[in-house]
Amino acid sequence: MPADLLTHVLRQGDRAMVLCQRLGQWIAHAPEFEEDVALANISLDLLGQARHLYTYAGALEGRGRLEDDFAYTRDADEFFNPLLVEQPNGDFAVTMVRQYLHDQWAMLYWEAMIGSQDATLSALAARAKNETAFHLRHSTSWVVRLGDGTDESHRRTQSAIDQLWPHTDELTHAADETQLKDAGLVVPVSPIEWRANVDRTFAEATLTAPEDADQITGGINGNHSPQLIEMLTEMQQLARAHPGVVW
Amino acid sequence: MSDPATVVAAVEDPELPFVTIGELGMVRSVEVSAHQVNVVLTPTYTGCPATEQIRDDVVQALQAHDYEAVVEFEMSPAWSTDHISARGLAKLKAAGIAPPGSAKSGVVVLDTPVRCPQCGSLRTRLQSAFGATACKALYRCNACRQPFESFKAI
Repeated sequence: MPADLLTHVLRQGDRAMVLCQRLGQWIAHAPEFEEDVALANISLDLLGQARHLYTYAGALEGRGRLEDDFAYTRDADEFFNPLLVEQPNGDFAVTMVRQYLHDQWAMLYWEAMIGSQDATLSALAARAKNETAFHLRHSTSWVVRLGDGTDESHRRTQSAIDQLWPHTDELTHAADETQLKDAGLVVPVSPIEWRANVDRTFAEATLTAPEDADQITGGINGNHSPQLIEMLTEMQQLARAHPGVVW
Repeated sequence: MSDPATVVAAVEDPELPFVTIGELGMVRSVEVSAHQVNVVLTPTYTGCPATEQIRDDVVQALQAHDYEAVVEFEMSPAWSTDHISARGLAKLKAAGIAPPGSAKSGVVVLDTPVRCPQCGSLRTRLQSAFGATACKALYRCNACRQPFESFKAI
């Protein structure tokens, strides 16, 4: 069945929300103070994007659900984020490679979506693009620093790429959104352009993308890893234990 | 009774209380109807946590002048640091925050030299693109050795 606009908006909202939460887990654990602040800032921008997307999802759905309902009361199988963003933080190299692969795509996505026929998504895209440019610059500079750094940082960063690469196809392809693209609501991002940008950064960082890696998909249709369930359990605990609580 | 547009424009930013939301270019329109004032603001960053506070502050400021207010946020066109008024830029500088350069190029550039708001030197270095609030970056001045914040051009 082709995806409808609500599904697309939830995929994007969940992508931002889940990555936001993952980055939040670094706070007070980052390798240096400036990095704590940076990860918190990027997380906050993603939260802002998620809130706007959830609010819009509620309007599209028309059943009165608000942003908090989407964030706090859905189970993992109702989340439609690509699997990449739910991958556990691992070491700092895993977090930065995950962020880089994501940011490189998000930058192209928001740039393209400025041209969406959907006024709400187009307006959000114009703002999110500017924020994402800062995120991409940050994650790119870390990937280059770590890849072209010490033997140990290179080894860990290459290992992070090998570990995360199986989740890149799902990030860059959503085969069931053709109708939304034909209608001009979703503007397609070229996976070739994404890959060319990634290859350029990897070359500078003396890193390589694995050839012929098996690809894992399912997140955008609600099939997730146990790690997402674990993350959501913690994230939703307060709201579920005390429905309607205000703090 | 004060003019509602003046009252709205004078509301302070919660995170930068020395500038007003008018000077930051966040006020899109203020319209007075028979029973209420309709205010349209634009948020700076999508995730800026001050947004709700600003909404409440605008409602309160208008209530203090016996106006009932409805505040809405409109995202398009996107806010840019180019919308900050000359007076707002001067106030940022006076508060020790390097004001943003032009964002008009459409490309976010961090490499343009930023002038130290304390000693005026251009020999400054970016420490981190992310500062204490979403809108600021951290710099250090190599001339006077002082750290300072800079408003990001966006």
